[in-house]
Amino acid sequence: MILIGELSLWVALLVAGWACAVSFAGGALRRADLVASGERAIYATWGFVLLASIGLWTALLTHDFSFRFVASFTSANLPTLYTITAFWAGQAGSLLLWALILTTYSAIAVWTNRHRNRTLMPYVAGTLAGIAAFFLATMCFGANPYERMNWVPPDGNGMNPQLQNPGMAIHPPNLYLGYVATAVPFAFAVAALITRRLDGEWLAAVRRWSLVSWFFLTVGITLGMWWAYVELGWGGYWAWDPVENASLLPWLTGTAFLHSIMVQEKRGMLRKWNVVLVVTTFILSILGTFITRSGVINSVHSFAQSPVGTWFAALLTIAIVGTGYLVATRLPDLKTQAQLESMVSREAAFLYNNVLLVGIAFSVLWGTLFPILSEAVRGTKITVAAPFFNLVNVPLGLLLLALTGIGPLIAWRRASVANLQRQFALPLFGGLAAGALLLALGMREGHALIAYTLAGFVATTILQEFWKGTRARMRLHGESAVAGLAHLVARNRRRYGGYIVHAGVVILFCAFAGLAFKREADVTLHAGESYAAIDPYGHHWRFTSNGVSVYDQLNRHVTAVSLKPTRDGQPMPLIETEKRQHFDSRGNPTFEPATAVGILERPMEDVYVVLTGVRENDAAELRITFNPLVWWVWYGGITMALGGLIVMWPQTQRARDRSGYNTVLRPEATAHA
Amino acid sequence: MKPRTTFLLGAAAIVGIAGYLMAGAITRTGVYYLTPQELAGRVAHDSTFVGIGVKVGARVVPGSIQRAAGGREVSFRVTDGGQSYPVVYRGIIPDTFADSADVILEGRLGRDGTFRATTLLAKCASRYENAPRPTDEKFRKYRATPGYRAVTTART
Repeated sequence: MILIGELSLWVALLVAGWACAVSFAGGALRRADLVASGERAIYATWGFVLLASIGLWTALLTHDFSFRFVASFTSANLPTLYTITAFWAGQAGSLLLWALILTTYSAIAVWTNRHRNRTLMPYVAGTLAGIAAFFLATMCFGANPYERMNWVPPDGNGMNPQLQNPGMAIHPPNLYLGYVATAVPFAFAVAALITRRLDGEWLAAVRRWSLVSWFFLTVGITLGMWWAYVELGWGGYWAWDPVENASLLPWLTGTAFLHSIMVQEKRGMLRKWNVVLVVTTFILSILGTFITRSGVINSVHSFAQSPVGTWFAALLTIAIVGTGYLVATRLPDLKTQAQLESMVSREAAFLYNNVLLVGIAFSVLWGTLFPILSEAVRGTKITVAAPFFNLVNVPLGLLLLALTGIGPLIAWRRASVANLQRQFALPLFGGLAAGALLLALGMREGHALIAYTLAGFVATTILQEFWKGTRARMRLHGESAVAGLAHLVARNRRRYGGYIVHAGVVILFCAFAGLAFKREADVTLHAGESYAAIDPYGHHWRFTSNGVSVYDQLNRHVTAVSLKPTRDGQPMPLIETEKRQHFDSRGNPTFEPATAVGILERPMEDVYVVLTGVRENDAAELRITFNPLVWWVWYGGITMALGGLIVMWPQTQRARDRSGYNTVLRPEATAHA
Repeated sequence: MKPRTTFLLGAAAIVGIAGYLMAGAITRTGVYYLTPQELAGRVAHDSTFVGIGVKVGARVVPGSIQRAAGGREVSFRVTDGGQSYPVVYRGIIPDTFADSADVILEGRLGRDGTFRATTLLAKCASRYENAPRPTDEKFRKYRATPGYRAVTTART
């Protein structure tokens, strides 16, 4: 099976190359037989990549340590779950996962479009096959998961303990599902550019794929934050690390696209912009993989340069130059069909939303690449860190939050004064009330106050929309409030799913603003000693140490401390924090000790305890942090993902027409609109 | 004014604000990222460079780590092959910090030539060169078993 997998990788490369060549040729020469052959080759590529993946899993699960990949990332005593997820613990396996997801998506895209979009499909298939061929070539020639070593070690090195976490097991596949899904809209954009069919057709085909990508990126980023928070032990969930930024960039431009696509559907505007956004999102995904995989950015000088970097640089260059050329030569076809009629309109709100999202993306990209840029221009490396990103993105993010409330309420084309009064009176009141209440309760942090005021405003707009819609259904159809609400969402998934996403955004912003009130302290506690602290809400806490205990568990040696906390005198659940020294199946220690954070999770705040060291056998050195509202970060993320699911849930064509978003707009239909 | 012009003015304002924020944030929060050799070069040129916040990327000299009792203070040496500096750091020591680890330090070089780090980031060296090697110490017993023979010797 392993040998079959190894050979399949090479066969897949050949077949993908064939699919790419004949699909483009079939499209250009209008030869149906070549096109059909290309599509069959797409399915075949998927089959071979699947075989290659099964082969690697077989090698992992049978602990075949003659393979460098298996020996590097697993050991004989690694729990089975993590042996399976070791597939994406290293570079070569991650590339194979990329290829597996990409070819699966390609097969699905070709299958679902076997009767639709026939003019576009040869180029779509060709582009997707080209990207797949590129990844397969990177593996075959750069980082082969099937590389054998010239000796067989008795045991592998084992998995980095920080990766032995359920969040890390599913975080990378989610992120990759998101990254890779941007390739399909990109392929459609390339096809539309080549065939000059730049009306609504390709957008309709692309919208659901963009949603899929957005959904998985949202889930993946949330999981990544959760993993960083519970596993890394520095007390936060987002450090503006280049790897994190890399996942945020395509999410930002993807979000911008999901908004601007509505403007093109409804008004026929932004045609150039949408093409550029789709292409940019894909390029940023590749750039993200490039950044995280090549070590160009994160690197201390001495890091081993991976050969994969050059391959990705080549793909990036081809994608940028190729699409740049296509867009430049197709500019006349991309002429917009309508003009902005008024500044006070939903189009304008969406345009500003796009400017802000892309502006944030640009600043994040700039900050991430700044060390390279400054070295290239001025010869010295200058780095920026979290303070830079916060200084720039807090104001921009707050503006964006405000638009989240304004956009959905304002009318298309031109809003009347009456429309504005009717829609905004209550939300404005809601926002100001929230701000005033917090000010009265003694909150004095400027940014946080603005954030909560805006959050109150947006939350009220969302509630108002749901209330108005439900009330209308109750009146018109005589439904109960619950049934009315359920039907309202089910019949208008795009609209109300979108509001649920916005509700998630509001929750997230509230949680982010909570960080302004974080408090932490370093303490040393002997068994029986206690430490008293006051949390940001003014409650009195007391932490009493139960002493240090040492024991062996599974594949690790554990040093643990448990704290007995009380809050205003009331006993709270125990908090336990550990240092873990992992060892391999022969009892040799592997890796450096890992921290297991003790977290007491509560909706209002987390108590976050890290064991930094043990002195004289029973003196535990601890860092105790009060993290307000962190709990809501996860629920905000879940709410957003849920809203995304509602939006992309398939609807029948009839229901889609009824909800007013008929996605295939012919140019002539919008020209006179 | 046409709505389009108004919109463009607004967009330009946003871009302007973003640019202004970015430029300001870089001058206020940007720090030099240097290797020990580059740091030594700068200090030799300009003695006021001592005491300025910088980031240094280097490798921990094996055997130089001295952890103070407990877990919150550590002193060690870093090098890039050419120049080396003694470092003192207080704070949470990352799990991946060890001999030969690649580290990124943030802090100031003191007049006494000691680098006082306020943050310490460590990349585990094994993450990049992580395949087990026949020469690894932990395989000594394995190599001594009668059936063992190295397939090839020199290449790994």
